Amino acid sequence: MLAIENLKVEIDGKKILKGISLEVKAGEIHAIMGPNGSGKSTLAAVLAGREFAMVTEGTVTYMGKNLLDMPPEERSKEGIFLGFQYPIEIPGVSMVNFMKTAVNEHRKHKGLEPLSASDFLKMMRDKKELVEIDSKLANRSVNEGFSGGEKKKNEIFQMAMLEPELAILDETDSGLDIDALRIVANGVNRIKRPDTSAIVITHYQRLLDFIVPDVVHVLYDGRIVKTAGKELAHELEKKGYDWIKKEVDKNNLS
Amino acid sequence: MSALNERTERYYTLYKDNIKRISESSSPYINSFREAAIGRFNELGIPTKKNETYKYTSLDTFFNHDFKSCFIPVAQDFVKAEEFRCDVTDLDAHGIVLLNGFYPTIHDKLRELPGGIWIGSLNEAAKKFSKKIEMHYGKYAEDDKDGLVHLNTAMASDGVFIYVPEDVVLKKPIQIVNLVQSDEDIFNQHRNLIIVEKNADVTLIVCDHTLSPQKFLTNGVTEIYVGENSHFDIIRVQNEHNNAGKITHTFIHQERNSVASSNNITLHGGLVRNSTHHYLGGEGAESYSYGLYLADKFQHVDNYVNVNHAFPNCTSNQLFKGVLDDMATGAFNGRIFVRKDAQGTLAYQKNSSILLTDDAKMDTKPQLEIYADDVRCSHGATVGQLDENALFYLQSRGINKREARLMLMFGFAHDVIQNIKVEALRERMDNLVMQRLKGELSRCASCMVKCG
Repeated sequence: MLAIENLKVEIDGKKILKGISLEVKAGEIHAIMGPNGSGKSTLAAVLAGREFAMVTEGTVTYMGKNLLDMPPEERSKEGIFLGFQYPIEIPGVSMVNFMKTAVNEHRKHKGLEPLSASDFLKMMRDKKELVEIDSKLANRSVNEGFSGGEKKKNEIFQMAMLEPELAILDETDSGLDIDALRIVANGVNRIKRPDTSAIVITHYQRLLDFIVPDVVHVLYDGRIVKTAGKELAHELEKKGYDWIKKEVDKNNLS
Repeated sequence: MSALNERTERYYTLYKDNIKRISESSSPYINSFREAAIGRFNELGIPTKKNETYKYTSLDTFFNHDFKSCFIPVAQDFVKAEEFRCDVTDLDAHGIVLLNGFYPTIHDKLRELPGGIWIGSLNEAAKKFSKKIEMHYGKYAEDDKDGLVHLNTAMASDGVFIYVPEDVVLKKPIQIVNLVQSDEDIFNQHRNLIIVEKNADVTLIVCDHTLSPQKFLTNGVTEIYVGENSHFDIIRVQNEHNNAGKITHTFIHQERNSVASSNNITLHGGLVRNSTHHYLGGEGAESYSYGLYLADKFQHVDNYVNVNHAFPNCTSNQLFKGVLDDMATGAFNGRIFVRKDAQGTLAYQKNSSILLTDDAKMDTKPQLEIYADDVRCSHGATVGQLDENALFYLQSRGINKREARLMLMFGFAHDVIQNIKVEALRERMDNLVMQRLKGELSRCASCMVKCG
């Protein structure tokens, strides 16, 4: 579904990603872990089409197409969803209007008619239940005045509305208490279909108790330095990242 | 009298040439103001950038233009305007159509609306309501430093009069559509007086449209009296072409425990300058001053607000927002004046602008003069671009960049529109703003006047 080959990215002339290769097959869940500043969020941003990060080398192929050529909205309509680490507040733009526009853009892309007002509202209702989001939130401006937990739930709600093929969740678990974490994780699990994939970026193993990954990667200093099964997450939780840093730094010296 | 500069001289000549005609149709009381006013105008002249409140606005393009005459309507002008009034549908509002700011004086020069509200020509009202006119006319328009207010007092031949008696609550708004139309370039001055007696509640919406491409310059003064415990809202929708200059002076005088709001929505216009004066003249009064300006090309929109807290325990709030595109420029100057004995004052002010290009420009200036010590005042101003993060957020959900920009601008503008109390009106304004932002606005689609 997604193939990243030797991806190198700079921000303001600073090398952030230094040659990432990664393949996500349909149905797989990949976890990307790593210490702060290792480039995890940059990778997510590049995949979603953020412009501040400049790709200097490498390719990203999504469903056989060159992903890097597509503007962000095109990527979304082709089935990529980014769950933001820090969802943006947009005063004056209502959740209903926002989602109606987004859903209908997706439908247009698929050659479908726009949803009728009543069908759309029914869809909103169903998805709100699915992710256990307070129904009042939907009547407010996008993320405005939402608590940290509400914002993250709202990300999962949007994901439920857009039904992506590939979800990229950028630290969706950070700042959540255990109840909110469970709701968010359950939401992700309910939305996932057997043929859809996810990249879950996280600091902590605890999210991966709920969303069980097939593969775990460790990103450090702009490179994937370790790839293994889900047991790697447990090991990192116990031992921290220092042993990996040491291992990498030792290899770099020798 | 010292020598007048050439420009002031030109308007003084216009006065001399027309004053006989103007005075003939006006009441002696209104005429009694004229001589002193033209004297004061000659001293002050047309404002220039040297005038502190016009610091960011040049009136030259319009006031240097040689308008052959000032517009004094005669009955046949209204006959012509009637042609444009093809289909007036009653859109949950009491509708009135004006020509260049003047009430049609062909049929009923004064007409009664439900609840005993009177609306009509100021000159006609000066006969029927002479006591009321004498009590209120010329009492509130007291910007002593602005020559244009005096020019209006000296020369305005007529205007709209609205009288709302005590205890009248009008659920439907009164909608005034002002058609700006002429075969030649005109300079146009009208004078309005709105009297809202105590315990009343009325909303007034005034829409300006230019219908012909001639050069227009309007210098209008509106005096509003809001009696004790009354609610009054005025919403202005300005939609004129790039060759139209619009200068409005609005003076709102409020008695105790009254609530009044002004909302200037500038959708289009070559040069727009709104000065709005709020006088809180009794304890417990609340005043709200809102404005939204959407400008592009070489348009210029200036809002000057002057809030005068003369009594204790009053509240005022100013919120002005705008989006400037192309080479458009804007200015905001908000003054809060708190008198020494106006303790317990709450006064707020906010101005935010979005500049879509490097060439667009906004000048914003708060001006707080506080002589009382127990007050809470705040002011804030921002000038910036569209939020890139918000734009990306919308795009990342599949919304294309153009649409995403529109949604952000709309959300930004909605902050002002949401203060309109009447829901149907609020929705209509939202639609108008959206059309304007999309560049699709020529005539307001929901306007009660369907032309052509």
